[in-house]
Amino acid sequence: MRPLPKMILQRLGLGSITLFVVSVVIFLGVELLPGDLAQQILGQSATPETVAALRHSLGLDQPALSRYLTWLAGVARGDLGMSLANQRPIADIVSVRLGNTVFLAAYAAVIAVPTAITLGLMAALWRNSWFDKLANVVTLTWISFPEFFVAYILILFLAVRSNVFPSIANIGPETTLPVLLTRTFLPALTLTLGVTAHMMRMTRAAIINLLASPYIEMARLKGIAPARVILRHALPNALAPIVNVVALNLAYLVTGVVVVEVVFAYPGLGQLMVDSVAKRDITVVQACSLIFAGVYIGLNLLADVLSIATNPRILHAK
Amino acid sequence: MADELLLNIRGLKVEARGEAGWTEIVHGVDLDLKRGEILGLIGESGSGKSTIGLAAMGFARDGCRISGGAVTFDGVELTTASDAERRALRGSRIAYVAQSAAASFNPSLKLIDQCTEVATVHGKMDRRLAQSASIDLFKRLHLPKPAEIGFRYPHQLSGGQLQRAMTAMAMVCRPELIVFDEPTTALDVTTQIEVLAAIREVVRQFGTSAIYITHDLAVVAQMADRVKVLLKGEEVEEAPTRTMLATPKEDYTRSLWAVRSLRAEAKPATVPRAVPILAVDRVSASYGAISVLDDVSFALHPGRTLAVVGESGSGKSTTARVITGLLPPTRGEVRLDGEVLPASYRQRSKEQLRRIQFIYQMADTALNPTQTIRDILGRPIEFYLGVRGKEKEERIRALLRSIELEPDKYIDRLPRELSGGQKQRIGIARALAAEPQVVICDEVTSALDQLVTEGILKLLLDLQKRLGLSYVFITHDLATVEAIADEVVVMQRGRVVEAAAKADLFRPPHHPYTELLLSSVPQMDPDWLDRLLAERAANEGAPT
Amino acid sequence: MGPSSRLPHLPPTVIVGFAIIALYAFAAVFAGVIAPYGETQVVAGEFEPWSSAYWLGTDNLGRDMLSRLLYGARNTVGIAVVTTLLAFAVGGAAGLVAVVLGGWVDQFFSRLVDVLMAIPQLVFALLLLTILGTAIPSLVIVIALLDATRVFRLARAVGMNIVVMDYVEAAKLRGEGWRWLVFHEILPNVMPPLVAEFGLRFCFVFLTISALSFLGIGIQPPTADWGSMVRDNASLISFGDTTPLLPAAAIAILTVGVNFVVDWFLHRSSGLKD
Repeated sequence: MRPLPKMILQRLGLGSITLFVVSVVIFLGVELLPGDLAQQILGQSATPETVAALRHSLGLDQPALSRYLTWLAGVARGDLGMSLANQRPIADIVSVRLGNTVFLAAYAAVIAVPTAITLGLMAALWRNSWFDKLANVVTLTWISFPEFFVAYILILFLAVRSNVFPSIANIGPETTLPVLLTRTFLPALTLTLGVTAHMMRMTRAAIINLLASPYIEMARLKGIAPARVILRHALPNALAPIVNVVALNLAYLVTGVVVVEVVFAYPGLGQLMVDSVAKRDITVVQACSLIFAGVYIGLNLLADVLSIATNPRILHAK
Repeated sequence: MADELLLNIRGLKVEARGEAGWTEIVHGVDLDLKRGEILGLIGESGSGKSTIGLAAMGFARDGCRISGGAVTFDGVELTTASDAERRALRGSRIAYVAQSAAASFNPSLKLIDQCTEVATVHGKMDRRLAQSASIDLFKRLHLPKPAEIGFRYPHQLSGGQLQRAMTAMAMVCRPELIVFDEPTTALDVTTQIEVLAAIREVVRQFGTSAIYITHDLAVVAQMADRVKVLLKGEEVEEAPTRTMLATPKEDYTRSLWAVRSLRAEAKPATVPRAVPILAVDRVSASYGAISVLDDVSFALHPGRTLAVVGESGSGKSTTARVITGLLPPTRGEVRLDGEVLPASYRQRSKEQLRRIQFIYQMADTALNPTQTIRDILGRPIEFYLGVRGKEKEERIRALLRSIELEPDKYIDRLPRELSGGQKQRIGIARALAAEPQVVICDEVTSALDQLVTEGILKLLLDLQKRLGLSYVFITHDLATVEAIADEVVVMQRGRVVEAAAKADLFRPPHHPYTELLLSSVPQMDPDWLDRLLAERAANEGAPT
Repeated sequence: MGPSSRLPHLPPTVIVGFAIIALYAFAAVFAGVIAPYGETQVVAGEFEPWSSAYWLGTDNLGRDMLSRLLYGARNTVGIAVVTTLLAFAVGGAAGLVAVVLGGWVDQFFSRLVDVLMAIPQLVFALLLLTILGTAIPSLVIVIALLDATRVFRLARAVGMNIVVMDYVEAAKLRGEGWRWLVFHEILPNVMPPLVAEFGLRFCFVFLTISALSFLGIGIQPPTADWGSMVRDNASLISFGDTTPLLPAAAIAILTVGVNFVVDWFLHRSSGLKD
């Protein structure tokens, strides 16, 4: 088999195995719960019969392995089990929320990615200019800010004091697109600011590294104009590191989403997870963890595959 | 008019930026070059030869700047010209061939595109014309499959092929001047011949002027009409090649020449002891499924030096790893003074480990940068010989004296405060600290300049005489072999192809590979390359 | 030339960074001495405005903001430091052992870390804390273990570079045991990148613990902690009051300070020419 498809399949296989192992970890985590799950749900005052009945209905009297397999089979079918708190199918709750979270992350990504790459490129090309130095200080400061700090500053100045945007992003299935975009602007902006700073720094570092390569010096020694050196010689080789940077930061977005959703009361997967943790609704927490992990692994896999696909040594083997 | 100066450099000064600001690294160098002439720039590392070569194009690397002097190319003053003017000259009228072709080609672009680019960017030819010009050059440089090879990517070619491809790229626009910056330094001796011959042929065909930068005297003797010697950013001497070789004026130049004439005292051809101090007996080894050594045998007798010669991939370093126990052999054994050594170093006793010591090629990575000289030398003394306290200190000082470094000055220093040659001496002292019987020297002078090499070799010979050490000397350089070996083993692709006393090795008849190796070593005779090519052409047809 | 010539040239951002760190360290250590009121002491009504008695006003339960901020330094920063140290001890040791012993030990640890890192850290922390509860020891252990994975990767990567050096091989050939190899040959040479990483990891741990506390799943009341203080007082934002931003700003400023110092340190030690 040709090397490129072979390596991609290998990576896909590896990713699937990782996801599988992660599911085991997530499941096992709950198994290690000190105390009895049914008891914890019903509280100390429940009678032993009630506890036993709940245990049976939750299937807790089955051996761990069969429970795991049942759960896994369910996930494969799209059935994520039942919420302990309100006895609704998790899949119903999660599907809408997942959509919302993806929308928010995409909104942020669409703004962040082109901005960050452009700024990072500019900083690398005009290294040590005032622009670069300013950008360094600003981005270093930004990545130090906790998301809730940025969120509240934005709310304070853009929502409360000036009333331009709403401070709560309450949306529903009937919200029209323009309203949607307005209401979710602040949370998207919060996310964007954090991710852009990271991406810009990493892009800048990758490009500077690239520009120090001997073949770039050789291109200059051939009398090629700077613009062409960047476009024709540097950029084709920059594809791999930049793609890597973007994918890593999109994966980082996955975590940032959680805090932002809570601050803006945005009905997404992150907020669901935090609420469920507070209510100790274990099954929902498990389901959310699995989904987040799956997205994270998927994005890392994508980064991996793309960086292989853009490597000339693999594309054109000896 | 053909005699007018093509390149005229006057009082060139270049500065480099370091932690303490700008320091001058080239101190006012003059250089003339006529049309059609080849000038050799010789110097050791730090002499500034590369920097001057780049300055001839009006170029300074990142972190360097041309701080004074004039560089005039065909009437154009490069130091004051605009960027656009300089760019117009580079690639089209002045070209550069770098030391490492593998790093200088863009890995994402096809070779032919990188060659045609030079012509199209300067508006000299359209793409189709440039392509046929490039292919024509590939042919002249004797690259295999010239019509197809350009359409491949850099990683698909070998080192020697890439170097020739880079020369082709430099010549596409028929520049008037080419700067060759150590183009064959990274290549094996046998590959070097082909590249040297190809370069010289093509340069002569087009009457191109060239600056040929190298540290290898014999190579410059083949390529240049005139030679300029540089030391620490200043000119030492300049003369036509033959004059320079025959009657060098300056002491420094003479000392560069002298290294090749270092000779050890001839040892008496005594009947060797029945039991060699080190015997490698029918050793085969492999890395996983790949066989790297096949039935290798040789013997080292006490107080003598055995040189193991070969090119890259010959297995000479692998043999050293088997002897030290880092790589257990799949067959055969290693015996120290008659006693069979366990295959892996982990199974050997401290005594066994002590009696064989190893000196590495790169002193930079062979010494722990966070340990002082006292620690580095003291540890083997303490570990092997159980000596501590005052006596240990005394021994460390004695060791430093024996490697010609003054104890008070060096004992508290860290490795980064020492020069390359000094670090290598510490490496030798560390080996001696264990009071070994056999010392394995793995290319210990390959990374050093000529003069420093001479010092190290003299030291090693001296120590051998005083302490009765036996050396296994691994090298690819035949000049070193001639200097210090008693017996020689020639290896190729994991096998021993010839083993003989030194005197016998350098006399025919030889194994064909030894023949190739011996004949490929450039000699200090300007006509050597011509003769060799003529010989080979007569024997085999056109060289490939 | 006076003594000032021996100091390396420090850019102003680094000086500011060091000053910030020193200030916070002082506040953390001497909180008990300099705070005007107790950590959980109710002194007045809720949400009192800034006054001379209560410099930064009071919080949602009538406790003095300034005092709680100072105690928060001790708690939040203190817990973050302990967690980072633990992460380093575990991750660093595992990384170096994996490098020296190699073979299946290395494979085992590496695969384990791969899996643990496949789940985003915040999410994994939420999962584990749901199970283990949010007492401070559980919090410290969970975050430390999760962060140890990153330290492991770094220690292993840096260690790998060192282990292939000739001087390490020379020590092996001498017959040195693994203890000598780790403590005398490898560790002294991996310190600079590890020290820099300590600063970065501290920032990350600090931000993560604050985020968890903000979400209500980290340090629990009534302990003064900046993250939960933001949460408690968040309702003030809708009135345009900046008080809840104070603990958040406290978090931000320390992280900025540490980041500036670490960035400069990395820049210097990587020897990049400008």
